[in-house]
Amino acid sequence: MTAVAEAGPAVAARHSPAARRRRGKSPTLTVIMLVMFVYAVLPLFWLLANASKSGADLFSTFGLWFGGDFHLFANIGDTLSYQNGIFLRWFGNTVLYSVVGAGGAALLATIGGYALAKYDFPGRKLLFAMVLGGISIPGTALAVPTYLLFSRVGIVDTPWAVLIPALCSPFGLYLMRVYAADAVPDSILESARIDGAGELRIFRTIALRLLAPGFVTVLLFSLVATWNNYFLPLIVLNTPDWFPLTVGLNQWNAQANSGTSGAGDATYQLILTGSLLSIVPLIVAFLVLQRFWQSGLATGSVKQ
Amino acid sequence: MTAQAAEAGRPGLARPLLRLRVAGYAFFLPFFVVFLVTVVAPLAYALYLSLFQDRLIGGTVFAGLANYTRALGDALFGAGLLRVALFLVVQVPIMLLLALGCALAIDSGRLRWPSLFRITIFMPYAVPAVVAALMWGYMYGDQFGLVGQIGHALDVTLPDLLSRSWMLTSIGNMVTWEYVGYNMIILYAALRAIPEELYEAAEIDGAGAIRTAWSIKLPALRPALLVATIFSIIGSFQLFNEPNIVQKLAPAVISTSYTPNMYAYNLAFNGQQINYSAAVAVLLGLVTVVVAYAVQLITARREKTL
Repeated sequence: MTAVAEAGPAVAARHSPAARRRRGKSPTLTVIMLVMFVYAVLPLFWLLANASKSGADLFSTFGLWFGGDFHLFANIGDTLSYQNGIFLRWFGNTVLYSVVGAGGAALLATIGGYALAKYDFPGRKLLFAMVLGGISIPGTALAVPTYLLFSRVGIVDTPWAVLIPALCSPFGLYLMRVYAADAVPDSILESARIDGAGELRIFRTIALRLLAPGFVTVLLFSLVATWNNYFLPLIVLNTPDWFPLTVGLNQWNAQANSGTSGAGDATYQLILTGSLLSIVPLIVAFLVLQRFWQSGLATGSVKQ
Repeated sequence: MTAQAAEAGRPGLARPLLRLRVAGYAFFLPFFVVFLVTVVAPLAYALYLSLFQDRLIGGTVFAGLANYTRALGDALFGAGLLRVALFLVVQVPIMLLLALGCALAIDSGRLRWPSLFRITIFMPYAVPAVVAALMWGYMYGDQFGLVGQIGHALDVTLPDLLSRSWMLTSIGNMVTWEYVGYNMIILYAALRAIPEELYEAAEIDGAGAIRTAWSIKLPALRPALLVATIFSIIGSFQLFNEPNIVQKLAPAVISTSYTPNMYAYNLAFNGQQINYSAAVAVLLGLVTVVVAYAVQLITARREKTL
């Protein structure tokens, strides 16, 4: 919430040209956008309200308001301790996959994009075209063969099977190539070379700092992709101990809907609370880092 | 050409040039290795697998394009493909128009609290598709679902959103909710990049807000809109997460071949038909690429005639 407040003045300042045109605020426009606001927030509010209810209230009270007593913390306790605390294990797995996978993907994309933008080597156009082709290949076409390949190498049902595919972000590379072309001036590289700096040192001490907003953008979007990944882990993992949150929550959902109604009731509460817990970290990350990713995204989406 | 000849004539320059080339390759190599392992190798393997068949007698044998001809005549695959095509034609325009409207509104300078709207409408993008599908699925549902409760409170019978006739619309709503803000941000970023001089010129010419939006903003948005459209097309053909989750809530409505992606998945993991599944996946990928490419071509041609 503080992040929203902080961004306010900065955005207003950048909006100054529009403000200069001195048009009045339009109440109609604001009301229309309030409808979109409600659409975006309503399900999240519903989730919060219902994750705060006791099991009995869940089925007997109105969905868009809180129940008789505030049960959120009790529900969180239940969720974390259910099945010997497997939810925490899943949470840890998701953090591991996301941090290592997205961190690695962003780093590889940054170095690779920098190479394509700033070094002239034979074949770089062809290589870039290949990567662009890679963006348009649906993940589906790759998921099943990836599983089969990984089972040959013997890494199915291990964290590697989720981590290795997470390291590849063709879109990240595309974004970083576009970003690096502008963000790193050739003249700086030239003068560093004249001063006798090695290429690796130039990258580490000069380019990396200039590429930071782009890096954060790719990092955040890879983070979302890995944090939210469901299809691939569903395929390559069998042992619940290695599940990420998404696959684990859906297992609870399957359990709740297949069990007798009595057994199901308790699990719904866990699914709702678990869902709520699973979305908090990313929302916080986006709020805190919004200045970075919005400027990074601007470059990538504008220049083709 | 002349530059190269000059370099060759001066041996002093050749070494730094070589050094730069080596550095370029070295920097690109790590990404490329991962790309080969996670994209090129599985793709090649899928193509290879799709050319074989597992027969009761004789084991796995080379079958040429038999899997592909089978898939082309497969009613289940065809129905799934038609379903996602329908989804694409209806959901993607609605979502992109909403995103466009939001982006223009936030950029217009006439909206109160623009940054609040921007960040909240974007927020659902950070919610995993699994959680989004669970939330909406429960809200649609009859047990503690919101739709049932509202209907009960108003004493009217609202349609069962998890029934056969409403399912695709219900899934469309989930996907729209998840991605409208993401597309809005992409378009908004493109709007922010329009040079201020253009607005000043329009103002001097006496153009109003609508006219400015139509003549300056929309043309400037075209590349970003194209990117958003292409990604939405790819997403629609790949539809899997939402129907796969909702299937648990409405098993009678969502079959194992509801979308081509679900079909490929179920063929491989529940039907043990690995080779046929690979052919279906490759075919789906091919359809996606062709449609995405066609959209790009049509847009390019239209731009040329304008």
